[in-house]
Amino acid sequence: MCLGIPGQIVAITDESRQMAMAEVSGVRREVSVACVADEGPLSGLIGQWALIHVGFAMSLIDEDEAAKTLEALHDLGEAQEALEQMAAGDAALAGE
Amino acid sequence: MKFASEFRDPKAAKALLAEIARVADKIGATKEKPIHIMEICGGHTHSIFRYGLDKLIHEGVEFIHGPGCPVCVLPRARVDECIEIAEREGVIFTTFGDAMRVPGSKKSLIQAKAEGADIRMVYSPLDALELARRNPEREVVFFGLGFETTTPSTALAIQQASREGLQNFSVFCNHITVPEPIKALLDDPHMCLDGFIGPGHVSMVIGIHPYDFIAEDYHKPIAVAGFEPLDLLQSVLMVLNQVAEGRAEVENQYARVVPEHGNPVSLAAIADVYERRPSFEWRGLGEIDASGLRIRPAYAAFDAEEKFGVGYAGVRTELKDPEGCACGAVMTGRMKPVDCPQFGRGCTPEMPLGALMVSSEGACAAYWQYGGARAREAAE
Ligand code: SF4
Repeated sequence: MCLGIPGQIVAITDESRQMAMAEVSGVRREVSVACVADEGPLSGLIGQWALIHVGFAMSLIDEDEAAKTLEALHDLGEAQEALEQMAAGDAALAGE
Repeated sequence: MKFASEFRDPKAAKALLAEIARVADKIGATKEKPIHIMEICGGHTHSIFRYGLDKLIHEGVEFIHGPGCPVCVLPRARVDECIEIAEREGVIFTTFGDAMRVPGSKKSLIQAKAEGADIRMVYSPLDALELARRNPEREVVFFGLGFETTTPSTALAIQQASREGLQNFSVFCNHITVPEPIKALLDDPHMCLDGFIGPGHVSMVIGIHPYDFIAEDYHKPIAVAGFEPLDLLQSVLMVLNQVAEGRAEVENQYARVVPEHGNPVSLAAIADVYERRPSFEWRGLGEIDASGLRIRPAYAAFDAEEKFGVGYAGVRTELKDPEGCACGAVMTGRMKPVDCPQFGRGCTPEMPLGALMVSSEGACAAYWQYGGARAREAAE
């Protein structure tokens, strides 16, 4: 819950609500980019990597840093946990 | 994407360990008279055990595991209040998965769910917001839990709910802050800490200056660190060097993620939505001044405490820790998990008695998982 996981922003889904699609270890998830958006258009974020905490992109990182962080998270078992929590979130929305 | 392994480069780790040993010897740290460094964050605790850093490092350096695991410091009374809300007619109670197995005085959220309460694990407060949109006839409550890393997410979710005029969404706010318990620990006359490893992801939000008091008022060194093994070793070395040179400063080992002044959008959202409570109860540490956040009156419509009359807005009960449980002593570094009379007997990850056994970031669970046979034998 506290570590966050790197994801790559692949599309902007809702400009007004500052929402984007991120790809996290092969899984797609809609996330908020409110914390990493500066003045420019949101489309500038596409292709960038970010540390994603509980559905919010909190900090932009470079690809190398993303790779290292993911590896450490896999090692700690935290990457799997984050992906399971995303799946649980989807299940909750489906009514479970 | 290719994994890059150099951060665990054994050569780099060896060199750092050798340098740590050299400085530790220079300042006269020994097994009998070790230097005590507290890693504040539970993520760091998990990393230290996972990579066995506590065993690899010079014997004169001892890690003290700090209070930085949000579920571990959650009093049982708060869990009871979650269940009280969740069992109300028409409520969908949403929470991070980490909180599901924390024992309350009678049951955990997972047990309450099995008994029929509509409790759902979500990944993000935004999932809870979406549930509220889709279920206008139900009351959706999100359990806001965690330090400054997760606080902005609930603040932003509340701002969004307010913009949309959602009537059926509220947050049961139990957010807590890192600097205040550190101050409480430093004020404790029994504490013997020589330095700190600061939490990386909390600092990504708040920056490094909220720790200035540690260096300026208490003259203790602190290095804000990432959670990879080389990050941790590097930050230990930074702290030792400060001790050796008689310095006390706030250093930033994790500058690639932690900006000096934090994340402005997050800080603005937190300031807009939350205000400090006069004090807040921590499991094992008791009430700590100004260490918890509550929702400002301007957002009272989204405050589950107000809506349901529970928590600090309701009648509060003091609950003692269960018999024989040493969570408080372990949390303040006065006792090792294996020395708790319940460790491995009344308390295991499958059947946790104390919260330190629930989360992988809790010191007891980490000992159990990575302490290996030795820890478990000690329990038998
Ligand atoms: S073993 Fe269980 S009861 Fe004892 S300190 Fe750890 S979590 Fe608390």
